[in-house]
Amino acid sequence: MKIMVAIKRVVDYAVKIRVKPDKSGVETKNVKMSMNPFCEIALEEALRVKELGLASEVVAVSVGPSQFTETLRTGLAMGADRAIHVEAPENIYPITIAKILKALVDVEKPGLLFLGKQAIDNDQNQTGQMVAGLLKWPQGTFASKVVLDKEKQVATVDREVDGGIETLCLNLPAVITTDLRLNQPRYATLPNIMKAKSKPIKKFTLQDLNIEIKSDLEVVEVTEPPKRKSGVIVSSVDELIDKLKNEARVI
Amino acid sequence: MEWKASYRLLNYCKHLFHRRWTPNFHYFKTFYTSGCRYYFNQPSVLIKPYIGNFQQAFQTFKHPSVSLGMHQRNRCRSQYRCFASQATIIQRRSDFSTISSEDLSYFKNILGERGVVQDEETLDAVNTDWMRKYKGTSKLMLQPRTAEEVSQILKYCNSRSLAVVPQGGNTGLVGGSVPAFDEVIVSLSHMSKIISFDKVSSVLVCEAGCILENLITFLDNQGFIMPLDLGAKGSCQIGGNVSTNAGGLRLLRYGSLHGSVLGLEVVLANGTVLDMLSTLRKDNTGYDLKHLFIGSEGSLGIVTKVSILTPPKLSSVNVCFLACKDYESCLKLLLEARRKVGEILSAFEFLDHDAMDLVLKHLEGVRNPFPSSMHNFYVLIETMGSNESYDREKLDAFLLHSMENDLMSDGVVAQDITQASSCWHIREGIPEALMKAGGVYKYDLSIPVEKMYDLVEEMRVRLDASAKVVAYGHLGDGNLHLNISTPQYDDNILAQIEPFVYEWTSKHKGSISAEHGLGLMKANKIHYTKSSETVQLMATIKKQLDPNGILNPYKVLPSSLLTKN
Ligand SMILES: Cc1cc2nc3c(=O)[nH]c(=O)nc-3n(C[C@H](O)[C@H](O)[C@H](O)COP(=O)(O)OP(=O)(O)OC[C@H]3O[C@@H](n4cnc5c(N)ncnc54)[C@H](O)[C@@H]3O)c2cc1C
Ligand SMILES: Cc1cc2nc3c(=O)[nH]c(=O)nc-3n(C[C@H](O)[C@H](O)[C@H](O)COP(=O)(O)OP(=O)(O)OC[C@H]3O[C@@H](n4cnc5c(N)ncnc54)[C@H](O)[C@@H]3O)c2cc1C
Repeated sequence: MKIMVAIKRVVDYAVKIRVKPDKSGVETKNVKMSMNPFCEIALEEALRVKELGLASEVVAVSVGPSQFTETLRTGLAMGADRAIHVEAPENIYPITIAKILKALVDVEKPGLLFLGKQAIDNDQNQTGQMVAGLLKWPQGTFASKVVLDKEKQVATVDREVDGGIETLCLNLPAVITTDLRLNQPRYATLPNIMKAKSKPIKKFTLQDLNIEIKSDLEVVEVTEPPKRKSGVIVSSVDELIDKLKNEARVI
Repeated sequence: MEWKASYRLLNYCKHLFHRRWTPNFHYFKTFYTSGCRYYFNQPSVLIKPYIGNFQQAFQTFKHPSVSLGMHQRNRCRSQYRCFASQATIIQRRSDFSTISSEDLSYFKNILGERGVVQDEETLDAVNTDWMRKYKGTSKLMLQPRTAEEVSQILKYCNSRSLAVVPQGGNTGLVGGSVPAFDEVIVSLSHMSKIISFDKVSSVLVCEAGCILENLITFLDNQGFIMPLDLGAKGSCQIGGNVSTNAGGLRLLRYGSLHGSVLGLEVVLANGTVLDMLSTLRKDNTGYDLKHLFIGSEGSLGIVTKVSILTPPKLSSVNVCFLACKDYESCLKLLLEARRKVGEILSAFEFLDHDAMDLVLKHLEGVRNPFPSSMHNFYVLIETMGSNESYDREKLDAFLLHSMENDLMSDGVVAQDITQASSCWHIREGIPEALMKAGGVYKYDLSIPVEKMYDLVEEMRVRLDASAKVVAYGHLGDGNLHLNISTPQYDDNILAQIEPFVYEWTSKHKGSISAEHGLGLMKANKIHYTKSSETVQLMATIKKQLDPNGILNPYKVLPSSLLTKN
């Protein structure tokens, strides 16, 4: 069985986000970019499944501009066998990504498609669900545990839901999106980083996959959350009461 | 921004989940952000493991409380040791006065009630050093807000023969920042204003009490960094850094503070305010006196303002953590790194097997990059440059070459900032891990690198099983931190270590204090490194600047040289 993992390149999660002065989006120039943490977890899970002997190959795929291949290299250095890069503009909406992923699934025919539950840049949390819909595959989202039964071709997925853990059984092929508690992704070791340099990254264009980008959505403006006002130290209880009464008007 | 907070919050919860039941738990995590590291240190009670408290966690993240890090030290399950055995060696100087009620009213008059601290709990903390090894009995801490107030304090103390200890963040490691007896503590913590920053000249001017980490954060927003960085950044102050001539993790790249400090404002023992606060890179008018105060550990004057040259923040930062089979390989790796990535190299740190073992055992939230096996030595290499693909290419070529030549047995390259922080957390966490492990004898030595590790091995033979010998340090600067960790402090062990360690260092033309200073711990040991003529001249300078010897007495120089004639 083959596993496909979708990977996104985002502003590193430890970087302080700055909004562009023209409010068209978030500043990404001269900013450290890394693999989306949830995608890292998805890839780690796929690698573990393979290491258990339950899969034969892990294919990492990413959709975006050419720098996205650097993130795919990281995926290869972690242990993915090969990668697919779909050349496309940045900031494509989930529905388009889902269509692209479906097209790739049609080419690669994996038994499992892993995705992060969401990308930490736009927080859409839609791609996994949409691609499962398009493929008409069962989906296990927010996975915190994945157990595979090769004989029965079934995946058992624990999902973190409000009240606790929900356990689902999915018939393969299936889509699984991964949550934070699923695993701790490995470091890329040097020998693997070197090996990754010679692993293949196959390129596709949107035309190759017969996909057209169009969106009914338009970003109007991106702004920072309002700054918190700094507190003041009052010198007496009287002053506090006065402020609560006359400034805050809460008593 | 919301996702970030929620993601982090979940991360928090994950940690909490595992550790909530551990006694003395506190959350401790480092974020490495675009070339700067931040410590997050929050008591567990702050964060409830539900999204409901999301707002609070977010605020906590956005406004990291500043004096965190080291102030949490009270939580360490550490050995407590009074200064008793040493105090028998040094006598309190009888010519110093003791505090009278007139003194108190004088100080209250110039500083106001808030600037005069007599509260026992606070005094207990400021009387005790970071290692909880030295403890004074001062009854008074003063907190001036301006150089003028410092001047008035010193002028008065000088006339009254009241001895004084200048105190910054109290993270010093040689007992220099706490009173030996009942000296008045002059704390700089209320002098923490940033005065100016000029982007073109990249010169920062600030008050001495600014906490290093706050300066790092301030500069980060301007696109610059501090030329020094050390594990104590959450508490130590720039004035303390200057007064100890702190080295730290970036010295390899940006040189010592003698190079980056452009000017100082200093108050002398008699209250004279010396304005040497130049922001000029070049100024050859007469003797460059600021250098006297850089590294003089508060014995010549109190630093009140600092002007310092800051390098630009570079966007491409790489961190790798490598494992080596022997010390020889570490040295070869250093040589290779200088040759192949020299122009972007920003740190070259090492730790040995015992240091790694200690960190893994005693520090929370540490991740071993090589979980499957332990190695004899570890090296952390950081590069900083302006072009990511160029830097990666150079670094990869260096790493490939080193791997092919068998200089390392394993290695990881951090793929994101979180991984980079975890690597740094190992190296930076060693002092804290040592504290948690029990008693520790610390030696901070400069030794020609090729000989450096011989001392560690000889020490292991000498001490046998009675203590654990831990070695780490700034290999790129030839600076070894030799630490002997014992369950309890034990004079028999001390007798095995000293004077051997000093004699050995002296024999190999090393320095018995590479970056921590002499303080109280090594005031009488200066002869191991400096010639008697040199020490004599130092004593002359000290007597000239501080004839009554009120500034940080018993420290830095042997008391025998400073008696009044
Ligand atoms: C063409 C030219 C270009 C120059 N360019 C520069 C420049 O770019 N930057 C710059 O900073 N300067 C420059 N200078 C001036 C510079 O100061 C000198 O060139 C040089 O540093 C002095 O070295 P010297 O051996 O000639 O010393 P001298 O001229 O012999 O002496 C200079 C001073 O140092 C003292 N002195 C000399 N040797 C010793 C010693 N061993 N111990 C104690 N005191 C000593 C002397 O008493 C005197 O006070 C330039 C000069 C010239 C002529
Ligand atoms: C975890 C940890 C890691 C460390 N890592 C390093 C490292 O990598 N490199 C390194 O060099 N050091 C290191 N240190 C020790 C280092 O010397 C101190 O952390 C720091 O430089 C001292 O600053 P401080 O403000 O805490 O000074 P304090 O500890 O308060 O004082 C240190 C000395 O300076 C004097 N002093 C303080 N402020 C003033 C002032 N304004 N004017 C005059 N005198 C003053 C004090 O009297 C005392 O003698 C480390 C310490 C810790 C706890």
